[in-house]
Amino acid sequence: MRIPLTYSFRNLITRRITTGLTTSGMTLVVFVFATTLMLAEGLRKTLVNTGSYDNVLILRSASSTEIQSSIDRYQASVVETQPEIAIGEQGRRLIAKELSVIINLPKKRTEKPSHVTIRGIQEQSILLRPQVSLINGRFPKMGSSEIIVGESIARRFKGCNIGEKLRFAMRDWLVVGIFHAGNTAFSSEIWGDADQFMQAFRRPVYSSVTLRLRDPLEFDTLKERIENDPRLTLAAWRETVYYAEQSRVMTAFLSILGMSLTIMFSVGATIGAMITMYAAVANRTGEIGTLRALGFQRKSILAAFLVESVLMSSIGGFLGLAFSSFMQFFTISTVNWQTFSELAFSFTLTGKIIYKSVIFSLLMGLMGGCLPAYRAARMNIVDALVTR
Amino acid sequence: MYILKLIFRNTFRHKLRTLLTILGVTIAILTFTILRTLVNAWYAGVEASSPARLITRNSISLTFHLPIAYKERISRTPGVKSVSYATWFSGIYISEKNFIPNFAIDPETFLGLYPEYLLPEDQKNAFLRDRTAAVAGRKVAERFNWKVGDTVPLTGTIYPGTWNFILRGIYDGAELDTDETQLFFHWEYLNEQLKKTASHRADHVGIYIIGITNPALASEVSEAIDNMFQNSLAETMTETEKSFQLGFIAMTEAIVVVIQLISFMVILIIMAVVANTMVMTERERIGEYAIMKALGFGGRHLAIIIFGESLVITMAGCIAGIALAFPAAGIFRELIGMYFPVFTISTLTILVDIATSIMVAMIAALFPASRAIQIRVAEGLRRIG
Repeated sequence: MRIPLTYSFRNLITRRITTGLTTSGMTLVVFVFATTLMLAEGLRKTLVNTGSYDNVLILRSASSTEIQSSIDRYQASVVETQPEIAIGEQGRRLIAKELSVIINLPKKRTEKPSHVTIRGIQEQSILLRPQVSLINGRFPKMGSSEIIVGESIARRFKGCNIGEKLRFAMRDWLVVGIFHAGNTAFSSEIWGDADQFMQAFRRPVYSSVTLRLRDPLEFDTLKERIENDPRLTLAAWRETVYYAEQSRVMTAFLSILGMSLTIMFSVGATIGAMITMYAAVANRTGEIGTLRALGFQRKSILAAFLVESVLMSSIGGFLGLAFSSFMQFFTISTVNWQTFSELAFSFTLTGKIIYKSVIFSLLMGLMGGCLPAYRAARMNIVDALVTR
Repeated sequence: MYILKLIFRNTFRHKLRTLLTILGVTIAILTFTILRTLVNAWYAGVEASSPARLITRNSISLTFHLPIAYKERISRTPGVKSVSYATWFSGIYISEKNFIPNFAIDPETFLGLYPEYLLPEDQKNAFLRDRTAAVAGRKVAERFNWKVGDTVPLTGTIYPGTWNFILRGIYDGAELDTDETQLFFHWEYLNEQLKKTASHRADHVGIYIIGITNPALASEVSEAIDNMFQNSLAETMTETEKSFQLGFIAMTEAIVVVIQLISFMVILIIMAVVANTMVMTERERIGEYAIMKALGFGGRHLAIIIFGESLVITMAGCIAGIALAFPAAGIFRELIGMYFPVFTISTLTILVDIATSIMVAMIAALFPASRAIQIRVAEGLRRIG
């Protein structure tokens, strides 16, 4: 015969303080577990979303970021003639030769300078990135000192509202628009005319060439031709792969941190659960004897105590997840170590993280409750009834 | 004396529970120590910086360089003792996994400005004489098993091509927090190659490092230098080495904050575990406490016993945690040593560990002790566990 679930549940209520302390310990553990996962996921998602599958990014070979790369006008024009490039409206090829540099800008609240990516764009740049749309103002006129700023730049840096002027590279740049680029790295960039920027920064070379493939499957053909062309010293990346690669150092660091924390924390919390359950068993020796005398089997007792422990940990897991889901309201910004430019991203909760956290909290409960429940089940009826 | 014995006896009455609690505290202190050390590692560059050094860079950002011609003008500024320069080279050794910070430097002036890089005299001379020479820190040399005389090939990411350097010296750090993971080579060598292949990039340096005669002059000298180059093609920004390093950290501050928050949570978790044990202990012993009271022991005695027991548990865990933290820090050094060259547990961290353990013990015992003081004898005797 099974012991009803309410028995386990009521036991938790009876020892409110102990239950509360153990579950709050577990809540914190699950909270930390979920938040570190959310942090890594947010970073990965932001960078992966930035690229499009049918876009190709061309950089100088051996450079792993746009900032390190340089492509001269001749090489860029060779790339422009490749047949795999998609044709857009008015018969124009969807290709943009861009400049990408890093400047220092002071932050709004702290006035501390931070690195911001400046992207010199061409008319096709906007067509190449469907995720970019204006939320305010207008696009810059080509050939002028006008710039548009990404949403998270406008929020965090000084002088980035429409009509304000930013000064860098010995010139004043008028902000004429603020653009939305969703959860992508573009939101942390400032865009303006590539030719203007090249003059102002005195850089005679482009940083990268981005193009849209007319057929995404033609990537390998294009890559092979570009990388083997003796006139070119370039490498082609699928945009999605390039951006995923950009998050590698940071996500690796975060996952080492997250893993080690999780291991240490979960051992701590499991110990907490074990202490509580051992005490529960020790306090209820008589009760267990009585239950056995009434005819409940050993395995029912084992199950009842396990259920009690798992109930406790799942409450902790649920609360931990609930708290961590509030973290989604926070956006944090940090320097991406690969590019050294600021990137804003938010904690992202995914189904996978929820499911991992639930499994994790149940495991803690099971592991913590295992030995104590076994001890309870092994008790001899007579001994248990006598020791009181 | 008698009370101490009572405390110890009480502590180990429930051996298993006490051991588990101690283990919980051990793990928490271990985690806390590692996290604090990680935060310290973040600031290692700041700690190692000297107040007598200034850094001048392009005001646009670090990725823009400064003309070599600035060197003369800077060295003529009053208050400047010596000027050196360096360029971040960003070469990759075999694969990206083997990250090594590497710089092209002006060897003579650079080594003069950084007395903390200790190089044997003969190795130093060999390095100065040979234009294709490089020196590397002890840690990185050990990591890749480099010997003096080996050729180290680096693949340039900013400067294309494969660059071969002959290792002429291995430096040791004078201080515990000196970075021993870097590689330096002659700027002149880089510049010569650039003149041949990419002449518009030649004759530029990443940063100027300026030694000043008196640290008190730092702000005046910085201002004088920046004024000198105002409205020139490459405007400069000069600051002390410390604020230069702090600037880097400020950008990754969010992560530091997250780590600090987590280390705070670890403390809360231990508190929950210890408090739980103490509450259970107290609940089981209400009868005993009542008897002790009936025998004439005061509330103060009971409180001392409960606080003492809590303290014994947390201190045992604390000592074990600190002991384990040292090998654990060793593992972390292996895992992330390339990003954090200095990963050592500081004395302050150990003191904070001890202080935290005492605090946790006190807070965990507070509630049970106050209840024990308040029980009425008759009630306590009547109650059944």
